[in-house]
Amino acid sequence: MKKQKPTNEFVFNHFDLLSEELILSILDCLDGNPLDKKSFSLVCKSFYSIESQHRKTLKPLRSEHLPKILNRYPFVTHLDLSLCPRITDSSLTITSVSCNKMLRSIDLSRSKFFTHVGLLNLATNCSNLVEIDLSNATDLRDSAAAAIAEAKNLEKLWLARCKLITDMGIGCIAVGCRKLRLISLKWCLGVGDLGVNLVAVKCKEIRSLDVSYLPITNKCLPSILKLQYLEDLVLEGCFGIDDDSLAVLKQGCKSLESLDMSSCQNVSHVGLSSLTSGAASLRQLILAYGFPVTPALADSLQKLSTLQSIKLDGCPVTCSGLKAIGNWCVSLREISLSKCMGVTDEGLSSLVTKHKNLRKLDITCCRKITHVSIASITNSCTSLTSLKMESCTLVPKEAFIFIGQRCHLLEELDFTDNEIDDEGLKSISRCSKLSSLKLGICLNITDEGLTHIGMGCPNLIELDLYRSAGITDSGILTIARGCADLEMINISYCKDITDSSFISLSKCWRLNTLESRGCPLITSLGLAAVAVGCKQLTKLDVKKCYNVNDAGMIPLAHFSQNLRQINLSLSSVTELGLLSLASISCLQSMTILHLKWLTPSGLAAALLACGGLTKVKLQASFKSLLPKPLFEHLEARGCVFQWREKLFQVCLAFICDIRKTGNEVRDKYFGESV
Amino acid sequence: MDERLCADTWTESSSPANELPKKVPPDHQPFTNFNLQQYQQKWEEDPSIQDYAMSIEPQFPEFNLPCETPSSVACNPSNQTKNEPLDASRIQDWDPRAMLNNLSFLEQKIHQLQDLVHLIVGRRTQVAARSDELVAQQQQLITADLTSIIVQLISTAGSLLPSLTQTLSSNGTPFISQLGQLSGVVFPSGPNLNGSVFPQNSKVSDQSNHVDLTGNCKTEQNCIEDELKDEDDADEGEHLSPGSYEILQLEKEEILAPHTHFCIICGKGFKRDANLRMHMRGHGDEYKTPAALAKPNKETNSEPMLIKRYSCPFAGCKRNKDHKKFQPLKTILCVKNHYKRTHCDKSYTCSRCNTKKFSVIADLKTHEKHCGRDKWLCSCGTTFSRKDKLFGHIALFQGHTPAIPLEEAKGSAAGSSDRGENSEETNKVELNLGTNFSCGSGDQNGNDAKGGVDDPPSFFSPLTFDTCNLGGFHEFPRPLFDDSETSFSFLMSGSCSYPRKTREESCSDKT
Repeated sequence: MKKQKPTNEFVFNHFDLLSEELILSILDCLDGNPLDKKSFSLVCKSFYSIESQHRKTLKPLRSEHLPKILNRYPFVTHLDLSLCPRITDSSLTITSVSCNKMLRSIDLSRSKFFTHVGLLNLATNCSNLVEIDLSNATDLRDSAAAAIAEAKNLEKLWLARCKLITDMGIGCIAVGCRKLRLISLKWCLGVGDLGVNLVAVKCKEIRSLDVSYLPITNKCLPSILKLQYLEDLVLEGCFGIDDDSLAVLKQGCKSLESLDMSSCQNVSHVGLSSLTSGAASLRQLILAYGFPVTPALADSLQKLSTLQSIKLDGCPVTCSGLKAIGNWCVSLREISLSKCMGVTDEGLSSLVTKHKNLRKLDITCCRKITHVSIASITNSCTSLTSLKMESCTLVPKEAFIFIGQRCHLLEELDFTDNEIDDEGLKSISRCSKLSSLKLGICLNITDEGLTHIGMGCPNLIELDLYRSAGITDSGILTIARGCADLEMINISYCKDITDSSFISLSKCWRLNTLESRGCPLITSLGLAAVAVGCKQLTKLDVKKCYNVNDAGMIPLAHFSQNLRQINLSLSSVTELGLLSLASISCLQSMTILHLKWLTPSGLAAALLACGGLTKVKLQASFKSLLPKPLFEHLEARGCVFQWREKLFQVCLAFICDIRKTGNEVRDKYFGESV
Repeated sequence: MDERLCADTWTESSSPANELPKKVPPDHQPFTNFNLQQYQQKWEEDPSIQDYAMSIEPQFPEFNLPCETPSSVACNPSNQTKNEPLDASRIQDWDPRAMLNNLSFLEQKIHQLQDLVHLIVGRRTQVAARSDELVAQQQQLITADLTSIIVQLISTAGSLLPSLTQTLSSNGTPFISQLGQLSGVVFPSGPNLNGSVFPQNSKVSDQSNHVDLTGNCKTEQNCIEDELKDEDDADEGEHLSPGSYEILQLEKEEILAPHTHFCIICGKGFKRDANLRMHMRGHGDEYKTPAALAKPNKETNSEPMLIKRYSCPFAGCKRNKDHKKFQPLKTILCVKNHYKRTHCDKSYTCSRCNTKKFSVIADLKTHEKHCGRDKWLCSCGTTFSRKDKLFGHIALFQGHTPAIPLEEAKGSAAGSSDRGENSEETNKVELNLGTNFSCGSGDQNGNDAKGGVDDPPSFFSPLTFDTCNLGGFHEFPRPLFDDSETSFSFLMSGSCSYPRKTREESCSDKT
């Protein structure tokens, strides 16, 4: 252990008594809050140096400090740059020089402004690099891919959305990185059969291959299926693959464990069965949006003896098809029928009665099912850990009592938009392991039911009470008292919530997400309490909390140093509050629509002061009020502006989203307009 | 149209046969003809039937019965052995071995005929009631065979005459058509085939004419197949029997001259005669008449057109008429391109790559269209014109990677030159036809051959004129068309449709 030289005789450093091993094991435990390690390193010089040597992962906020940070932490192996929107070639060069051979993993998925030059430096200097995440690098070309190919030891590579990379670039990677075990080419629209084929031919070690939405055809399939160790294959949205081509395949891949064929329009159960034939160890099958669930499909998959999970989201389902799946000899662990048309009590009951070992069941938006289904589910699948049944509106309130009575192992429950009432909640409170509970738009629940939850479910981490208007401060109080580990809570549009709720929530020190949109009784006082108590707060939504003003921002800026995302639309915050937020160095995303007292110059000052911003939502009117060079400067720093014009745009977006994802987005948009 | 052409050749070849027996050059290689004729005989008969109007109508299917079996069976072996003697026959001097072969084949032929007669005798006993027409057909068949044997014998004897061989070789046209000799048809032989008259057997009938025609036709098809492999010039693919065309040889200066047509009044030069005619209008009203503006060749009708073929003036060139395996050039343009490509400096350099050189400017332009584009480059330095070829190469070899060019927009790999496509297409056509012929054994195939051969100028003079732009086939006696069309229609109906199509395509390519 490094000895700290005492400057005076009488100063005795008690920490000298601790061995370095002990300090290192203490450090191992300090993973919860990033600020803890910071405080630890500030204790003394020896702690500082020990912490510097202990740290293996680094997630810097600002790329400009990279040289210093990397100098301080010489043993960093994993560098996550996803918080630095601006990473230039010189940053990469500095990284590659200082990390040198220590670096094993780097995440550049959210960064821009670097080119193949920086990547080449990285790949040549950091010869032990094993993982690179280059997703979303939409302006990288083949030359960048050629640079990556120099990283000979690369095992994992993510290239999702690298649209300009073509077969040539992928060819370089395939030849250069022979040890690849995972490669994701999702949305790499420039890559076709030739590139994928070459990857499969050259990189024999591949375990996981994602070729979603690529314009590939059957030509590359034979070589993919010859991959000896392939476990995870994602063919989502590959329209070029059809039954005829799959029929030619003599044998599927033996080692395959997970297969995703979602949205493959041109493949039916015939092609699927030829692809899965011989896949003796297939565990997971994802067939969302495409395959009609018929007896034929069920029969074609019957041979899969090790199947544990099947996802049929958004598929048209027939009763006989579900029955046929129920007749499989395997006992499934996970079934997802989310947004499936045609799920009835009869089909679902016969399905669940056979698969008694079911752990996870998703029947979101199966609107036809009633208490019959719930009864059979709870009767047979008593070991359920996850049940998602958003918008099963025909299920009566009595049915929820069964759930609590029979399925004690439940950890995740989604009852959004259901008829559940306090009796149901009381029953559910028996599930002591419950960690996630969603009760959005459950208009029948009150504080009484919530009190049972607070008493019975101490492990609750996530609670959603969106628009459950019967909830008041007392309910929140019991939750805050009972569930000390609470990390996420949504109390949007619970209009009766006041500051006292916030004060009680401030005791939940792990809280990182607080959404209290549309709670007009909340004031800056409550916000200040949360800011002081919940140091780990990263996401805060106080939109339409009209009484929140600058007085709330100042403690927030002072205490919530982990805050990343804030929504202040329609609150009473002024430019003063915004400016004070600039002291939160993590702050990345800011939504500041319709702030009455916000002046253009104040906005400009705030935007300039918040150096880490990556996303700002603003009224379109500011676009013309502020000088263009300002925006150019901010964009060069890596900030993206989203301009919101008028109300109808919001409505339009809402409608589009509703069409896409059903009810799930409702909490995004309900009440958003004014 | 093809039917007409076919018919036309038949009638054509038969009509002059009567009047021009004297001009026939001697034949020192009767062998080619003979062999072929042997296995062609099965379909030889029907044309003769039609021509002599013995039975135009429905007996045809019946007719097939007697003739098909013996001849086709007998043919096949001879088909295989035939190639060697064919080549041997090209040797100009008298070859005793060839003679021996000839004689043995004659023997075979006679045996075949014997078998045929046996068969007919056998059938006659079986089926008592036979129509007179059928009997006539059988007689016809036998007569045809007999005549061909006689002709073959005579030609074999003819090859022994030393003086004639001498003349022939000096003329540089070794392939003087046996056809002409045998049948009595004189295919207009050029001035260089100056009349070494062979004592022609005047007894040779029209029938033998047909026999020979078809036989020769077959020769040609086989040649096409052989030649396609070692073809080097795109303008090729024709196989005229020697002597059936007129050979012209332009001088070097003439070939390289920028203009070939000159105004007789002011001396201005033109590349095309049509342009000259347009120019001439300025010299007076007399050049404005439709007659003066029409294509000059149109007027010379009624007499059979001379087929013109060209020889390259470069001594030792395959395209030179003195070459052993002389292959004539079809048009003046072919001559020009051939001469420039083969015997001139390549003065046009590609401005993009600065390495490729061309002597014909059109070639340069074609190259420039593709130069620099679609270069799929491997790290080993190998370039590929197609991406999949590059990736195949990379997949095959360890350590080779695709070489990324400096980020530049790559053009699409599409669009090969028109010329290339065309030649490819015609090649395909010829290949198709070739295979068709080699395996064909029926009547219809025989006719197909006539209708579909790409370059059968010796038989299809109208076609050749057409392709060469030397004239139209309007000049040919029309009345015969209709007649023969009806008689041929049932023959052509089945299999002929496809060669007809290709025929048209290849025609349009060339004109």
